[in-house]
Amino acid sequence: MLKIENLHAVVTDSEEEILKGIDLEVNPGEVHAIMGPNGSGKSTLANVLMGKPSYSVTDGDITVDGDSIVELMPDARAHLGMFLAMQYPSEVPGVRPWQFLKAAKDAIDVANGQSKMSVRAFSRLFDEKVTESGINPDLIKRSLNEGFSGGEKKRNEMLQMQVLAPRIAIMDETDSGLDIDALQAVADGVNKMRSPDRSFVIVTHYQRLLHYVKPDVVHILVNGKIVETGGAMLAEKIEATGYRDYLAVR
Amino acid sequence: MTLNVVEIPTNVVRHLDLYRQDWDNFVAAQASNGVATNPVNEFRNVGWREFERVGFPIHRRGNELWKYTDLRGIDRAEFRSGSRSKTFDRNELAAKIPLPSEWQNLVFVDGRLDRSHSDSVGQQAGVRFDSVSSFADLGKLAQCADNAFVSLNSAFLDDGIFVDVDAGGFANKPIHLVFVTTEFDDGHRAVYPRVAASIGSGAEAMLIETHVSISDAAHLSAPVVEISLADDASLKHYRAQLDNENSYHFATTRVKQSSGSNYQSSSFSIGCSIGRNDVFTHLAGEHAVSTLHGVYLTTNRQHQDNEISTTHLAPHCTSDQYYKGILSGRSRAVFSGKITVERGAQKTDASQKDLNLLLSHGAEVDTKPSLEIYADDVKCGHGATAGYVDEDTLFYLQSRGVDYDTAQAMLIRGFAAEIISEFGDDTLREFLENQLDELMPVLQIASDTIGTA
Repeated sequence: MLKIENLHAVVTDSEEEILKGIDLEVNPGEVHAIMGPNGSGKSTLANVLMGKPSYSVTDGDITVDGDSIVELMPDARAHLGMFLAMQYPSEVPGVRPWQFLKAAKDAIDVANGQSKMSVRAFSRLFDEKVTESGINPDLIKRSLNEGFSGGEKKRNEMLQMQVLAPRIAIMDETDSGLDIDALQAVADGVNKMRSPDRSFVIVTHYQRLLHYVKPDVVHILVNGKIVETGGAMLAEKIEATGYRDYLAVR
Repeated sequence: MTLNVVEIPTNVVRHLDLYRQDWDNFVAAQASNGVATNPVNEFRNVGWREFERVGFPIHRRGNELWKYTDLRGIDRAEFRSGSRSKTFDRNELAAKIPLPSEWQNLVFVDGRLDRSHSDSVGQQAGVRFDSVSSFADLGKLAQCADNAFVSLNSAFLDDGIFVDVDAGGFANKPIHLVFVTTEFDDGHRAVYPRVAASIGSGAEAMLIETHVSISDAAHLSAPVVEISLADDASLKHYRAQLDNENSYHFATTRVKQSSGSNYQSSSFSIGCSIGRNDVFTHLAGEHAVSTLHGVYLTTNRQHQDNEISTTHLAPHCTSDQYYKGILSGRSRAVFSGKITVERGAQKTDASQKDLNLLLSHGAEVDTKPSLEIYADDVKCGHGATAGYVDEDTLFYLQSRGVDYDTAQAMLIRGFAAEIISEFGDDTLREFLENQLDELMPVLQIASDTIGTA
């Protein structure tokens, strides 16, 4: 489904190389966790997958269903069913979550040759997901993320993910800065969405979230490279020993 | 006896000659119509003499009020007032601006009330429409001294309107004053709309002021609006400046507020080549509230100047200046905000903010805050910013599936929404939102910034 081959990426402005040859294959239905110490390139990988312009791919390839997406704009990647839950979602004054998500859903549907959802049908979907995500319904009447707490922003990301129902959901440190209730809510959201044709790439520093969302594959990313790949047990090992073994052999 | 030879710059002579001739004709026409009365004549004379003395503010050196707005060239274009207006169909006007039956629409064509295009007046209890010369404070709030455009407007005082709301009155219909400028066969037209409003104690009203051109012909418009709010009076004053892009628009608004009064002004400026929105409120009584908000949108080579001033004369007053600009192409804008707190105006709570969104590298904004505070127990805050569309925010929106242009349009709309949402009439607000949407492709085509911070 999602395949990454020998991926090298730099910061567009400084040409500093962050990703130094990454290989990764995510099959339908799998949950992959990308773990690593601070500064290892985890967030960069998540953003590069979604096409953030402040990073440039210098070598290697990313394919979805066999087609390269490296040249695609972020919106075109969303149309293919990709989604990135951001670590620091922007505050967007004057843009209301309902209107924004309706525009996003319409764009994705139209790009996939489907007709736009009626306002009534979309409202029903939206309200249902608002209840499911546990976000404060008063908040989402305001401007997108404006004045939201860190936890509320993350819940809002989950709401968007649930409404847009992507095939490839990438989560960039969604668990960081969450209290236990919010963490549980995020995990419930992911578990409810798990299905044989939907994949997750969960980027995280800690294995906290992985207590609730059992990954199929765990990768350890250090200094822009995957240094170890294993099963869910690998995350538990990290919990016990931290990343120092990997950093020492670097 | 020796003669002092004073060298007069030729351009001063030039535009004074043009306007003197125009004024002479105007005065002669008024006299032959038999409408010239002595007080009004004297009023015009005072205006003309001051204009003759100051001329257009072309020389900017040392002139703080015109530091960032270059009017050179305005003296060379022949703008003249003329009695004959081009006729047009009301439908033609209704296609450009809203004229809903829920409003009291008064249409002024080239500065003169046109009854055929206006709703009949006099149905609103507590509201009277009269000649501007009946306004007790005429010329006292908008003074000619050192002000070329107030002087010109006063010199050419013709028709205009005085909106008089009785004490305790409630104007249940928004009063919509439409200033239409038509084409002039014989050159470029100059228009001098004049408005006076007196809101009686405890009275409430909504005044909508719309400026629009009926053709693309260049014109000069110098409206003057004087407003007096009695104790506890409340006025919502909305202003839409939609003049065509070849025109000059120099508007002066002067407001005097008594105790407990509430003046709420929202301005939407989108039109003309060089525009100026000069607003000055005097808070003369305790516990008065003044809200001066606005949004300006400029494209191509447009220039929009906002000269916003609040003077606190009495204690316990609240004032808030908040303007937002969206600039594209090689356009320029100015925000010059002034707050003066006079000695004795203790417990003043004043704030000032000017935020700008730059859509192109060629666009430029000069923002100049100025606070003069002579009292010691006051709260006074100010801030100004100018920035490009945020790259991370664009990426955020795009990552959800909306394309770049749509995402940028969302951010532009969102930026303006804070001000536009304050226009407290649904029809007007929707109209302004549509105006912004119509302008969106023009704003975006001239945009060359992809979120560089």
